[in-house]
Amino acid sequence: MSSRFLVTRLIDLAVVLFGVSIVVFLMIRLIPGDAVAIMLGANTEITPERIAELERRVGLDQPILIQYFNWFTGLFRGDLGTSIWTGRPVAAEIAANIWPTFELTFLSVLVGAGLSIPLGAFMAQARGKGAEVAVRIGAIAGLTIPSFWLGIVSIFLLSKLLPGFSALGYVPFTEDPLGNLQRMILPVIALSLPMLANLSRLVRSAMLDALGQDYIRTAKAKGASKRRLVYRHAMRNALIPFITSVGVATGYLLGGAIVVEQVFAIPGLGRLVLGAIAERNYPLVQATILVMTSAFVIVNFLVDLLYAVIDPRVSRR
Amino acid sequence: MMEFIRKNKLLTFALGFVAIQVLLAIFAPVVALHDPYAQVMVERMKGPNLTNWLGTDQLGRDVLARILFGYQVSLMTCVTAVGLALVAGGTLGMLAAFYGGWLDRVLMRVMDVLFAFPIMLLAIGVIAVLGPNVWSAAIAIAIVYTPIFARLLRGPALVICESEYVMGARAIGASDGRIVFLHLLPNLASVILVQTSLLLSAAILVEASLSFLGLGAQPPVPSLGLMLSEGRNFLLLSPWPAIFAGFAILFLSFGFNLLGDALRDTLDPRLKNAS
Repeated sequence: MSSRFLVTRLIDLAVVLFGVSIVVFLMIRLIPGDAVAIMLGANTEITPERIAELERRVGLDQPILIQYFNWFTGLFRGDLGTSIWTGRPVAAEIAANIWPTFELTFLSVLVGAGLSIPLGAFMAQARGKGAEVAVRIGAIAGLTIPSFWLGIVSIFLLSKLLPGFSALGYVPFTEDPLGNLQRMILPVIALSLPMLANLSRLVRSAMLDALGQDYIRTAKAKGASKRRLVYRHAMRNALIPFITSVGVATGYLLGGAIVVEQVFAIPGLGRLVLGAIAERNYPLVQATILVMTSAFVIVNFLVDLLYAVIDPRVSRR
Repeated sequence: MMEFIRKNKLLTFALGFVAIQVLLAIFAPVVALHDPYAQVMVERMKGPNLTNWLGTDQLGRDVLARILFGYQVSLMTCVTAVGLALVAGGTLGMLAAFYGGWLDRVLMRVMDVLFAFPIMLLAIGVIAVLGPNVWSAAIAIAIVYTPIFARLLRGPALVICESEYVMGARAIGASDGRIVFLHLLPNLASVILVQTSLLLSAAILVEASLSFLGLGAQPPVPSLGLMLSEGRNFLLLSPWPAIFAGFAILFLSFGFNLLGDALRDTLDPRLKNAS
């Protein structure tokens, strides 16, 4: 990897993160009507003093550039804002809810990406018209089955078949490793299925591409086994588009996790942000979106770097 | 006609599958045997039977009628959203490709930033600002899909702008407008058609997710996502509303995805293995 490539990518990363911070910052300022009155809500009596007090607390009484500057520099000090209702730092609330989401997303990427390689390789070997149609229908079905519905149906079926199985909620891995993994099984299946469908189709077509190349014919002529041809020669090259897609799919999973958390009553960032929207706790909404989006951007940055390591041609372009 | 059907079996099937659902949605007031809002408390949570073909929900409303009207809500939201995104994103993408230079760079950077947000998260952010209802969901989906259309169309538009026939048209003095409407748009039509269909399929899932989370259509509006979230609370007593609503979402999304896939094969065989 050339250092020039790394520097260009770092600049890209900084520009995108800066842009994301502006969009997230503007969110609260774009609320139609008086955001502060909305934040105070229907429960409290709205007086000019109360409004002024909250404006000062959220920092809305200053010129917008100063507001942005204060907010942005605060981010570097780990200050993501203050929750309007509890008065606690937003960062603490996010830290308390981040692990379930992280675990759910991580395991789903692992399962979705991990299984798609053997599945795609297997599908690449099944040729013929019937197999083509089956692969196609299967992939589209995997992409269009709503993951939250799959979750609901699996909860229902499990409660009929295995009444004692606890599928809902979350226990930290450190407290009860088995209970933790048991509760993760269904959410991970529901969340990783679309990714599995998408990636296995991608692996299949990349494998078919790779298997048609001259170097495969050469390897075959030299007597390499079928297994060696598929996994050693074709796979290397098939991996390149695959890795980019894993990065993109992470964003999908982060979004999907919000919905799946709701289905399985997992106390993660999804529940946090939905609760925050319901109680109009805008600083918390802002911060959660910022944290999750930054995570996604950084994952894609790392994927780009990995891409350049696997395929040196990329960084020389 | 028969020749077309024989040659394009998949496309014909997909077109038929989508058309049936769209027609059912449009003619829901005529087709539905029951009022989707009418609550018959003595008939609550019934399984499928002769009067209520797909059973009733927790308030005794007919599930089939609610699904048909739910199709209407879902399609209206998604068609509006994807239409808006196509116009906005398509215009931006073509402007960027056509004029190039700093306009291209600035526009695409802005699109990059919007693209950096996970889809659901950006949609949730937009709804947090606008307040949860059907129209916010439509606007949210439109905003989320705008950069996708811009990116999708910029590439092919760039290729066309640099093609010899566009240069030829320019050389004989064609105006910008003439080039865009006579050369650029017709050549982008197949890409637009395919991507619109595929993105509609995805938008249906996003809309269903949003209303499932309570961020889209609000009760008592018959919405597929809402039916799922309401049905979930009564799952053990009566799984039917949740199961049928899920199938409805699946069929709708599946239909448009298959249609996009089949259109891609028919309109541009070269793209068969792309994306």
